[in-house]
Amino acid sequence: MIARFSPAALGYAGGVILLLLAPAVIYPVLIMKVLCFALFACAFNLLLGYTGLLSFGHAVFLGAAAYITGHVLKVWEWPTLAGLLAGTLVAGALGWVIGSLAIRRQGIYFAMVTLALSQMVYFFFLQAHFTGGEDGLQGVPRGDLFGLDLAQDQNLYYVVVAIFVAAFWLIHRTIHSPFGQILKAIRENEPRAISLGYDVAKYKLLAFALSATLAGLAGATKTVVFKFATLTDAHWHTSGEVVLMTLLGGMGTVFGPVVGSSVIVTLQNELADKVGSLVTVIMGAIFVICVLAFRRGIVGEGIALYRRMIGQKNGR
Amino acid sequence: MTDFFGVPLPALFGQLVLGLVNGSFYAVLSLGLAVIFGMLNIINFAHGALYMMGAMLAWILLEYLGLGYWWSLLLAPVGVGAIGIVIERALLQWLYKLDHLYGLLLTFGLALIIEGFFRHLYGVAGQPYSIPDELAGAINLGFMFLPKYRAWIIVASLTVCLGTWFMIEKTRLGAYLRAATENPALTQAFGINVPLMVMLTYGFGVGLAGFAGVLAAPATQPGPLMGSNLIITVFAVVVIGGMGSILGSVFTGLGLGLIEGLAKVFYPEISATVVFIIMAIILMFRPAGLFGREK
Repeated sequence: MIARFSPAALGYAGGVILLLLAPAVIYPVLIMKVLCFALFACAFNLLLGYTGLLSFGHAVFLGAAAYITGHVLKVWEWPTLAGLLAGTLVAGALGWVIGSLAIRRQGIYFAMVTLALSQMVYFFFLQAHFTGGEDGLQGVPRGDLFGLDLAQDQNLYYVVVAIFVAAFWLIHRTIHSPFGQILKAIRENEPRAISLGYDVAKYKLLAFALSATLAGLAGATKTVVFKFATLTDAHWHTSGEVVLMTLLGGMGTVFGPVVGSSVIVTLQNELADKVGSLVTVIMGAIFVICVLAFRRGIVGEGIALYRRMIGQKNGR
Repeated sequence: MTDFFGVPLPALFGQLVLGLVNGSFYAVLSLGLAVIFGMLNIINFAHGALYMMGAMLAWILLEYLGLGYWWSLLLAPVGVGAIGIVIERALLQWLYKLDHLYGLLLTFGLALIIEGFFRHLYGVAGQPYSIPDELAGAINLGFMFLPKYRAWIIVASLTVCLGTWFMIEKTRLGAYLRAATENPALTQAFGINVPLMVMLTYGFGVGLAGFAGVLAAPATQPGPLMGSNLIITVFAVVVIGGMGSILGSVFTGLGLGLIEGLAKVFYPEISATVVFIIMAIILMFRPAGLFGREK
């Protein structure tokens, strides 16, 4: 008797093992960066891929959490866990406020509203004193967690992996819960979801707030990893990047955002010294190519190919 | 009476004129966005980048060909419009049957490409571009000095906006355009070349952005980053006004520019965000926008 595992379960197990072994080969800080952005993109995908809402201001949740965590750890000297929680919760609350305004419009207007509101918060960060304006917050202490000294990259790495896996599992559970099914119903046919008696606005807002909270968790973790928070985190460029990561990896797929963010972060890391400001041009070109010819993304295309092969085997 | 709530009147009027100048740019840009959206169902994220391109073309024409402001005012919008036509034929035309979001994403990518390209060539700093001699100096209105160039920006923008309104609402070409916006298939059946009109509409819309860019060149130092923040404010203007009416977007643009000017005088801290705050308030009480119809 051979126990049967679904490909997804095997994928999860393989992914976790890879993550645990990876620091032997790859610089851990780079993987932590990828994990932070992967979490950010997964949170974003919950909204775009599973609810059909394109938020063009998600960086603001990343940035807000990054600043709050930085401030709480550096100035108030709270323990690391409290700092992470504070950043995450503030991002969630901000998501609730922005979400409740943005869901009043649909489609293309939703994207413009989220972009404009996030720009407003960006200007607030630029002017507020606690963010350090153009300089950002520097020298945030990592502190320790459950007796682990996080100043050591090795220790921090496993904490970040734990945070990522937990959040990923939460997103996975959400997608496959009845709540997630309703979100998909809204994505596919909003009028029908309304006619079935669902309070669509409430579900959209919940999805938005949850997505913002998890984006916040990514930002809070990022501050602890890099020991700084800057305006870049909250800039609309970052909002565009997370759209690109999700689109490239495959929106509406569980692993897509992880793949997309790994590719983009690695590309940026590799290219930054070599081509300078042309990085933006390359990112833009990837955008254009994805939209024109590659709308399912890497993972989406992979799944489609897999299904076609299965179909051929079954003689269809 | 020389002040108003403790603000000297000349300073107040100066800021109001500046507000109208900004409002003129909002009006021209949101008008272009609305015209393009009506025909193509695409929100042109590249609008800010093409506005920047207009200004940079003006500078390039001067720097490399020695062509002055008035030539640029004619040539740069045509150049930007031509590039727009290439963009429409090469890229956008494949998206019309897809979800609107893809249009936004593709033009966002385009904006990154255009901006990154100019940044690569010319760096982030603004380039010098001076006001043409005919429009240098200021007029004494008695209660304030009105810089001629600022007055020109307002007059030229409003003329272009009204001209566009006239063309769309009052001419035969405009009637075709409105028909094609309302029902492309039926319009095509009447023998009108709709794809051609779509192409020209996009060219015209981004040409407007290029025109605004040339107007802006002497007022702000033209540089690769001048369009990217502006376009987000223009998006807010579009959300506030709605895209249903041409005169509506002109009115909204000018009004918001004025409010921004007032904010600079009375409460400078919120001058950068006041448009977004108004947008939030509008969303609360009139989600479809001032002149919009909820589809």
